[in-house]
Amino acid sequence: MMQALVATHTLLAAGSPGINWHGFFFLLFALLACGLALAVVLADNVVRMAFYLVLSLGATAGLFFLAGAEFVGAMQLMIYVGGTLVLLIFGVMLTAQEPFVAIRTSTRDKVLAGVVGGALLAVLLQAALTGPAWSGHTAVDASAGVSQPTATPLGMALVGVRVDGDVASGQPSPVDGQVRSGYLLPFEIVSVHLLVVLVGAAYLARTKRRKSSASVRDEALTGVVR
Amino acid sequence: MAEYLIQTVGLPEWLTWSLMAVLSAVLILNLMAGGALVFIWAERKVSARIQDRLGPTRTGGSFGWLQSLADGIKLLAKEDLMPEGADGMLFRVAPYVSFCASFAAFIGLPFAFDMVGLRLNVGVFYVVAVLGLEVFGVILAGYASASKWSLFGAMREAAQVVSYEVPLGMCIVVPVMLAGTMDLVTIGEKQAGWFTNWYLFHDPFTFVVFWVYVTCAVASVNRAPFDLAEAESELVAGFHTEYSGLRWSFFFMAEYSSMFLVSGLAAVLFLGGWNGPVPLATLAGLSEGTGETTGALVRLLGLANLLGKATLGVLIMMWIRWTLPRLRIDQVMTTCLKYCTPIAAAMFAGAMVWLWVFPGGVLNLDDGSRRPGEIREGWLEGPGGRAPAAATAPASIPAEEAVAEVAG
Amino acid sequence: MNLLSDPVGVSHYLVVGALLFTTGVVCMVVKRNALGVLMGIELVLNGANVNFVAFGSPVLRGEQASLLGLDGQAMALFVILLAAAEAAVALAITLNFYNNHATVDVDRADDLKG
Repeated sequence: MMQALVATHTLLAAGSPGINWHGFFFLLFALLACGLALAVVLADNVVRMAFYLVLSLGATAGLFFLAGAEFVGAMQLMIYVGGTLVLLIFGVMLTAQEPFVAIRTSTRDKVLAGVVGGALLAVLLQAALTGPAWSGHTAVDASAGVSQPTATPLGMALVGVRVDGDVASGQPSPVDGQVRSGYLLPFEIVSVHLLVVLVGAAYLARTKRRKSSASVRDEALTGVVR
Repeated sequence: MAEYLIQTVGLPEWLTWSLMAVLSAVLILNLMAGGALVFIWAERKVSARIQDRLGPTRTGGSFGWLQSLADGIKLLAKEDLMPEGADGMLFRVAPYVSFCASFAAFIGLPFAFDMVGLRLNVGVFYVVAVLGLEVFGVILAGYASASKWSLFGAMREAAQVVSYEVPLGMCIVVPVMLAGTMDLVTIGEKQAGWFTNWYLFHDPFTFVVFWVYVTCAVASVNRAPFDLAEAESELVAGFHTEYSGLRWSFFFMAEYSSMFLVSGLAAVLFLGGWNGPVPLATLAGLSEGTGETTGALVRLLGLANLLGKATLGVLIMMWIRWTLPRLRIDQVMTTCLKYCTPIAAAMFAGAMVWLWVFPGGVLNLDDGSRRPGEIREGWLEGPGGRAPAAATAPASIPAEEAVAEVAG
Repeated sequence: MNLLSDPVGVSHYLVVGALLFTTGVVCMVVKRNALGVLMGIELVLNGANVNFVAFGSPVLRGEQASLLGLDGQAMALFVILLAAAEAAVALAITLNFYNNHATVDVDRADDLKG
């Protein structure tokens, strides 16, 4: 997958006119992401689900790279794939009673969910394909497809300075004349939120206080466990 | 070379670019496989010397040069076993996940001035993120093997690697802060010149951070004394207990190449990257741009420098492995959470203050480009060396100004 | 429409986002394993992220991207962060549930049912 990524960028830099490589790799990653997402739904074994989810999220990170959002893509790989899903698999291991747990769903539920999901998909696709401003995208040739650096403007936005139009300086964006504000407050809120979550999760998942050693010994002797 | 193929040989363009992509991929792949062979041999020799033995002496001459090749052939011929209760698909796929992760991380690592698979604006971040995915292979292997040893190994690995990513990330942020960019090529460039320009010697805080980085790097690639995932005295062989033959060797290739990768990353972040301790090329009046041949020579020198530094890093890891006893899991976590993380955080703050107080650095012989003001001006500078934006007014990024990607 | 030669636009990404979103919703509904439900949530958030990034992407929208600027990517970042936080808390709740009921089947969480 990552090999493909290198190839993409090489090709984008070159701007080869024949095949639209941007489109080609978009298709590749999109098919991977969607196919593996379907596999997540269809799989029964929970670890396999996690594995498919990892690959699906990885392919989505590839899509982000293709869309020029390098920082978000790397973030996706680091936090989502490397952090959250390791946590998930860890959870699976901690809660598995027997090897390869599979809790099955009844066929009736599956059919029902399929119908509902199909309807939802139809609505969403309708919206995606007929939106006035979206369907007629500005044609981007492959040579312009190489992304500009996004990490620095994003980082500046997070500490409250917008390079594309800043409220503090009252300077409107040179592109469209709009004034935008930075993300300092949301950034701080998210930081505090993460801290709270850290403490809260540790509190929720902590082992219960041990009872006095005498009662533990009694339990061990009588074989009675709480 | 691509232009040569298109114009002289007359290949269609799409085929040429695909060929170039495959070529660079094969180069990295060979580096990994060949590197693993050399390092396994070196590990045997190093461990033997440390334990006052000789190590392999017969295969391929008096130093046992061909020992790891012979091992490889043996592994190829070995029967590939899979336990009866194992989850077949995951069991088969796990070694490749590990291998692909460490392979993909190599793409972002610069080997010399512009010898980099893909010059990313977020280079460091990408490398660390992708390297972190290696843990998945290990966890899946441990789970799919349906063996309690493997499962224990995998759980330890999961806990350890996720925890050590925190201090590792903090250590990496320090050179990123000094350089003002996450682009590995730029970080390397900024340390050009004498070895006093290396970020290792930038200030006392970076010096300490480097050693924290070494500790965390050893832990994050599962080398002794942090190799709890495969602690052979407790868990038989940990996560790869049930593996044999070629799949097993994939785990080892992944391990050795990630060792090489974290060493290379240390070299780029702290040890000047491809810039030698003494700027030989600059003293001789050469640079990458002086001409076709000399430019190539300078690049080769840089390549030798980086590979040398990375190999030195790997050798140090071997030295550590054969010297220190393995830690217990609680000691591993204590090292991470009670020592590495606070030290790294304090050093990060310290380096920040230092940068504020001594903007130019202290040991810098040639006062380089590290004044905060200049960093602020140049921070929009893209990989292609785009002109810095206007100094005072918040600048915009013109959408049409695409930055040429440097592809190795 | 030739997908191989046409440039990729926002709607392509929107279709991918819609598919991911729908699979996520179905996953949330169908799975009885609490961790499976969690994975469904991750898929849903991911589908939303694809949309955010597509709308804010200068590569896909060219000049039009300035309508959204960096907002799309910044939103995607916040979504990723909050998803990580949400996963940690949900996992802690699941572990607690498992400690009390020895199962992670969400259909068994019916203690409060009249």
